[in-house]
Amino acid sequence: MILKRRQFLQTGSLAAASLMLPRFLKAFEKPISFGSGNKVLVVLQLSGGNDGLNTVIPVRNDIYYQSRPGLGIAKEKSLSLTDEVGLHPALTAMKSAYDDGFLGILNGVGYPNPDRSHFRSMDIWQTGSGASEYTSTGWLGRYLDAQCPGCDQPTQALEIDDTLSLALKGTKMKGISLTDPGRLFNTSHEKYFKDILADHSMNGKEQLVDYLYKTMAETLSSAEYIFLQSKLHPAAGSYPKTTLGKRFQTIASLIFSDINTKVYYVSLGSFDTHVNQPVQQERLFTEMNDAIAAFVSDLKSNHRFEDVLLMSFSEFGRRVSQNASGGTDHGTANSMFLLSGGLKQKGLLNEMPDLNDLSDGDLKQQVDFKQVYATILKKWLKADDLTIMGRSSNYLEFI
Amino acid sequence: MVITNQLKNQHLLWRAGFGPLPEDRDQLRQHSQKSLYQSLVKASSRSPEYLDVADGMFKGLMMGIGDAGRMQKKELSSDEKKTFRKQSQQDIKSLNLAWLNEMINSSAQLREKMALFWHGHFASRNLNIFYQQLLLDIIRRHALENFTDLLTEVSKSAAMINFLNNNQNRKDHPNENFAREVMELFTLGRGNYTEHDVKEAARAFTGWGADLRGEFVFRKNQHDEGVKTVLGKTGKLDGDDVLRILIEDPQTALFITRKIYRYFVNESVDEVRVSWLANRFFQNGYDISQLLKDIFTAEWFYEAEHIGSRIKSPVELLVGIRRTLPMQIENPEVQLLVQRLLGQLLFYPPNVAGWPGGTNWIDSSSLMFRLRIPQMVYAADEFQLRPKDDDDQLMGMKDPFENGVKLKNFGKMSGGHVIAAKIAWEDYIKVFEKVSGESISAEIAAVLLQQGTHTSNSTMNKYIDSSNRDSLIKSTTIQLMSTPEYQLC
Repeated sequence: MILKRRQFLQTGSLAAASLMLPRFLKAFEKPISFGSGNKVLVVLQLSGGNDGLNTVIPVRNDIYYQSRPGLGIAKEKSLSLTDEVGLHPALTAMKSAYDDGFLGILNGVGYPNPDRSHFRSMDIWQTGSGASEYTSTGWLGRYLDAQCPGCDQPTQALEIDDTLSLALKGTKMKGISLTDPGRLFNTSHEKYFKDILADHSMNGKEQLVDYLYKTMAETLSSAEYIFLQSKLHPAAGSYPKTTLGKRFQTIASLIFSDINTKVYYVSLGSFDTHVNQPVQQERLFTEMNDAIAAFVSDLKSNHRFEDVLLMSFSEFGRRVSQNASGGTDHGTANSMFLLSGGLKQKGLLNEMPDLNDLSDGDLKQQVDFKQVYATILKKWLKADDLTIMGRSSNYLEFI
Repeated sequence: MVITNQLKNQHLLWRAGFGPLPEDRDQLRQHSQKSLYQSLVKASSRSPEYLDVADGMFKGLMMGIGDAGRMQKKELSSDEKKTFRKQSQQDIKSLNLAWLNEMINSSAQLREKMALFWHGHFASRNLNIFYQQLLLDIIRRHALENFTDLLTEVSKSAAMINFLNNNQNRKDHPNENFAREVMELFTLGRGNYTEHDVKEAARAFTGWGADLRGEFVFRKNQHDEGVKTVLGKTGKLDGDDVLRILIEDPQTALFITRKIYRYFVNESVDEVRVSWLANRFFQNGYDISQLLKDIFTAEWFYEAEHIGSRIKSPVELLVGIRRTLPMQIENPEVQLLVQRLLGQLLFYPPNVAGWPGGTNWIDSSSLMFRLRIPQMVYAADEFQLRPKDDDDQLMGMKDPFENGVKLKNFGKMSGGHVIAAKIAWEDYIKVFEKVSGESISAEIAAVLLQQGTHTSNSTMNKYIDSSNRDSLIKSTTIQLMSTPEYQLC
């Protein structure tokens, strides 16, 4: 058997990393118990409450245009999906994906008793809890907990950012956040940290200080592992030089490597468009669209598009009627994009929101977001959604 | 490790305050824990001064508006609202720094520490500076007094009434938010009441509101006068009656005591001990200072299993560093950035349940940032980190932390941040003037670390500048602070 150079490098780096690990951390080298296959989930969080009605537009709905005399996007300007539905003009990559059968759109996704505060609603989405529950773990963190008991390698879930979101914090396991593998490597690659780590030994039962040393050891070794992986197969496609573009490029380079990461998490914002919405939303959508276009094309040319599912969400949509400042205020249910070369159901996955049937000027929820999570956990990541979500859900059919 | 008298006293100062001052080192070797605790109580006996940072001009504007309804009734122009929000946001930052300053410099350590606990217990996000100031004042004034009074005043504060939507709680349109949280998070804890209790309590709280000045108002015409049953007690109950029923339930004493024990003693709870403490708390009519005395003067509080068993919260870490190393910070706002990056920005709790604490503080990025802070303070190392946007806080405005700040005396930066601190090393170095050269590392470690260290002398020696005594003290201190052990107290 010919040992490929990149496999050799990987083995080499883990071996090198293990030299500096104290004995109690050798669990690191246990086989990774994550689900079969190489399916990857990329979560794109649109922070601030994206206006779903100007994203997936009901282009033949009079109520829509009456409620938004200044903000409604005309049918001719939108990117037509069907006779009734168009996309925001900046979302050309989504339109192509739709035409090629790679895009699923879910309308009216939300939860009962919606909360209009950003942080609370984001808390609910990130923890995957009900509107009156408080949970200190995130749904992807619990995925790590459930999939990997006793396994110390936390690179299964990566957030491409400077700080780690609650979504990726479990009880025992937490994801890792980084903006750039090289920088993570440099900041953690301090000899001092490695030396004090080598001096630390655990005796008797695990103390709090051991937990800290363990986190430190995992970080140092993961930083090295991620860095080496990211260099194996740099994403070659041409990505926009925006923050999001660079982050998707990092994700692509890791997907193409042999890293064990199953979940990537990335955010874009702020979609909190109370004032002058058109300019702000278009700017953000352009950044998002160009990054996704490059990402999809890169995945396709590397034959990985059918293994990757990109899911976008926002903590809430916005009100149906525009406000007096050329913007929209906080609303409720919202649309979600599901983008992959491996979808079972494509196109518009359910009805458009019924603007004749509003609750206090807001959209009614058609699908609970927890069903989407459960479907992805069960059918895409092959995980135990019952344990992770703490409730049973009706699965959706898009996977 | 050996539990010295100094270690025990430092343990008390870390839990009942924000850590020792290095200059007290000699005294901490002598004093008994009981007498130290007495002096802590004495230093906190005076009622605190009201922290008032709200902008003067702005205050005039607000007081002129008067009636509460105007804000909601859109009688303020959108420009006025925008000015209000912007100024309020700025003032909340000043309030953060003003309170942080009290934690660092005030001798009322016990009061400020307890206030920080209540700040997390009665967690409220509110973008109105007046409401925030008033709530903080309630919490600081009652921090060591009586829980019943504290609960009542907090429940009637504009911050809580608005945060938990009680302004919208009307007899024909009950809003259950406040009624639910007061039971779940403030008094009984989950599982000790029914959904029916929540519904009935919500009816009792109808009509409780607050005006724009932050004063409590009872709107009689919105109050449901009917008969309600809450936790088995029936009558024409109002909000005060419900709070009384909650207080009369010993479960409230147990719930609060357990939370205090987890915060001040150990995350892992000794239920026998907690129920003994809770019984006394209940019998003593919810006297907070008596409960704290029961804890901090008990022999068991100083047992090895409790010492160094707590992960410092970001605020405890930051305040602790500043108490140990006296310093001037040219850009004090950078302390807000540190709080945000580490996940505990005062006045912005993650939700009404407060900061979860414990190992929740630690993930790979927060730990590495914690370990690098001492070096950043010492050498003004630049760091290029951005906290996540907080849309509630930003309200569509640009994040002030987006671009690197410009500072004189700290050279050119490449768009990152710097903690522009000048440490007054002379005062710190003087603390160790009588310590001999060979034992100096051990003595510094004894001041800084509650858990001791596993790092060998040979490792330490590689990173210490022993060219002269001052450098030795400085570099030992910074290196020891850059360890996992320093994260514990």
